[in-house]
Amino acid sequence: MVAIVGQTKNIALSARGRKNVSVTSIDTPRVGLFVTCLVDAMRPRIGFAAIALLEAAGCVVDIPQRQTCCGQPALNSGDHDGTVAIAQQTIALLEGYDHVVIPSGSCAATICGHYPELFPVGSPWYERASALAGKTFELISYLADIRHWSPDRVALAAHATYHDSCSGLRELGIKAQPRRLLAGVAGLSITEMEGAETCCGFGGTFCVKYPSISNAIVDEKASHVTASGAGLLLGGDLGCLMNMAGKLHRSGSPVRAFHAAEVLAGMADGPAIGEEP
Amino acid sequence: MSTAFTARVDAALADRTLKIAIDRTTGTARSKRAAAVAAWPHFQQARALGRDIKAHVTANLAHYLAEFERNAIASGAQVHWARNAEEACEIVIGLCRQAGARSVTRAKSMLGEEIGLPHALAEAGIERVETDLAEHIVQLAGDTPSHIVWPALHKTREQVGELFRANHADPGALASVEAMVGSARRQLRAKFMAADVGISGANFLIADTGAICTVTNEGNAELTTTPPRVHIVTAGIEKLVPSLSHAMSLLRLLVRSATGAELTQYTTFHCGPKRAGDADGPQAFHIVLVDNGRSKMLTDGLAEMLSCLRCGACLNHCVVYRHIGGHAYGGTYPGPMGSVLTPVLDGLETSNDLPKACTLNGQCQEVCPVMIPLPTLLRGWRDRSWREGLEPATVRGAVWAWRLMVMRPGLYRLATRIAVPMMRLFARRGWIAAMPLAGGWTRHRDFPAPARQTFMDQIRQQRGQS
Repeated sequence: MVAIVGQTKNIALSARGRKNVSVTSIDTPRVGLFVTCLVDAMRPRIGFAAIALLEAAGCVVDIPQRQTCCGQPALNSGDHDGTVAIAQQTIALLEGYDHVVIPSGSCAATICGHYPELFPVGSPWYERASALAGKTFELISYLADIRHWSPDRVALAAHATYHDSCSGLRELGIKAQPRRLLAGVAGLSITEMEGAETCCGFGGTFCVKYPSISNAIVDEKASHVTASGAGLLLGGDLGCLMNMAGKLHRSGSPVRAFHAAEVLAGMADGPAIGEEP
Repeated sequence: MSTAFTARVDAALADRTLKIAIDRTTGTARSKRAAAVAAWPHFQQARALGRDIKAHVTANLAHYLAEFERNAIASGAQVHWARNAEEACEIVIGLCRQAGARSVTRAKSMLGEEIGLPHALAEAGIERVETDLAEHIVQLAGDTPSHIVWPALHKTREQVGELFRANHADPGALASVEAMVGSARRQLRAKFMAADVGISGANFLIADTGAICTVTNEGNAELTTTPPRVHIVTAGIEKLVPSLSHAMSLLRLLVRSATGAELTQYTTFHCGPKRAGDADGPQAFHIVLVDNGRSKMLTDGLAEMLSCLRCGACLNHCVVYRHIGGHAYGGTYPGPMGSVLTPVLDGLETSNDLPKACTLNGQCQEVCPVMIPLPTLLRGWRDRSWREGLEPATVRGAVWAWRLMVMRPGLYRLATRIAVPMMRLFARRGWIAAMPLAGGWTRHRDFPAPARQTFMDQIRQQRGQS
């Protein structure tokens, strides 16, 4: 996927709306970490795992202090003007970094795929949105594709299954990268579950707007997780993980859920989602 | 969500037999399609070609419509134009009356369902015989189709057996699917031969010859369109293709995407009425070209939806469809393609749940044989629903309040600092089983308790100290 041409890496992503993106090769890029509103409020460990991984991969990590949310709830509710306002705020906040990294496929896809669509083609904001889109990455694929990082001396004796969150999978082409990196964790085995690429029913505001449909979907997903026989459920998006973990817990399943970044950073010996330290 | 939609969804989710029926048919369809796609090395190029053919036709619709009409008339067909469903039904009923028809046979056509033709025929006192096996089942049950390829997908074979036993003259033992098909054949065969008019849809309208193409797996379309004196075709204007070879390119995509087969059992081209010396065929051949909102889609940002081949792959792969089935959508067309089309046909006011009852997971676009960006089109309806003030005040208020904070990082920080410990008050051993304003989540699943301190507060303390 990555072809090195002189000092420039041309990355052809399968993502809709994402053309050939040129990323200047930098030995120690200054990375702005956008942790996402969910990680900020619900599970800060994922943010700390991201910092550790990015630093291990040779990045200088900065946390923009005025970050809030990428605007997905407004985008998915049809509030175009609200989304534009949030996008402009986020673009201004993040555009100064060499790269922007996000531990979530759906938030990264919002910036990479949807921000440019919000503005008239050729307008100054379109250019700024496109420039930011070109240097924004989901964490796991950034580590694998851009930084060529792989885990070293990370061990976890466990049997896991991996859920492909939809936005990362279909809008950013994230499929092999997490599996490739997790394969480097000593003692960790991965069993693919039935329907790993099938939506878990989270869908952001969908899960509370249409709770009964969301429940039916996550119920089936939880049965596939359980049927895989794995003790751990891994994924790259906290929203989906909370949805699946919450269903598994309600149904009495012992399966524990972690963000893949926590495993790769050697933090899976700590509390899983919903466990107290 | 609207109470009508909620009621339909709840009824569907409570029906375990429905889920079994959906899983049987869509599961087979998904695995067969996957095998067909895997066996086609140039599938992605074929999809791009299909998309380009349809986009070209859509961009030159007036040109190809005129060419089709000219060539159809030259072949001896009579061409009629209908701006909407009412006009289309009036034309068809008028043609039936003109032919002195008492009984018509009908080959499955979703356009016929869209314009309400079954109802219009009943009102006109004309006997309607559905000849597609699944449509026959739907007709016996007094039901409506729940899938655009398998109209009776919501019925299990056990339920079909009961229906045939109660309604067929000579049902026999009905011990197997073959026996059930035999019973339907005995029931329908005489009706095929006695009909005055046969009505079909069209999968393709071929501009350079004026021919139409129908595809079926049962041969019922051929028996519907050949023996009767009059054949009436009802077709949406988006079914146009420039030539036979374009139709074949799309047919390859359509059939593999629908059933995973390489080709339908019956693929028939109809060009004009019976000519002198022909062994069979109708004496009169009418083509009713229906707009019914389609030309408006061109200017309403929905032009890409006019590429739809009606293969049903987006339904089969949709997690929402697979749980609530077709009837819950409340329109003629269910699933992702239906959620884009129903607001066009029925108005957004009554159907604005449909574009929102979607997780935007993108699997529909991934399997669409002509690459229709269904999630983008659904987002377009959401934007319009918001713009036109159709969203409930509660939703608008919640998004407004949330946005107010997101746009003020200082206030946002303060709000999360307060909210996180408050949420923790509801937690027991790490999980929240119930919490005010979170019923939508906690009714069905537990909510993990947030950490004691937000990430931003923790990092500020750490980096501030270091």
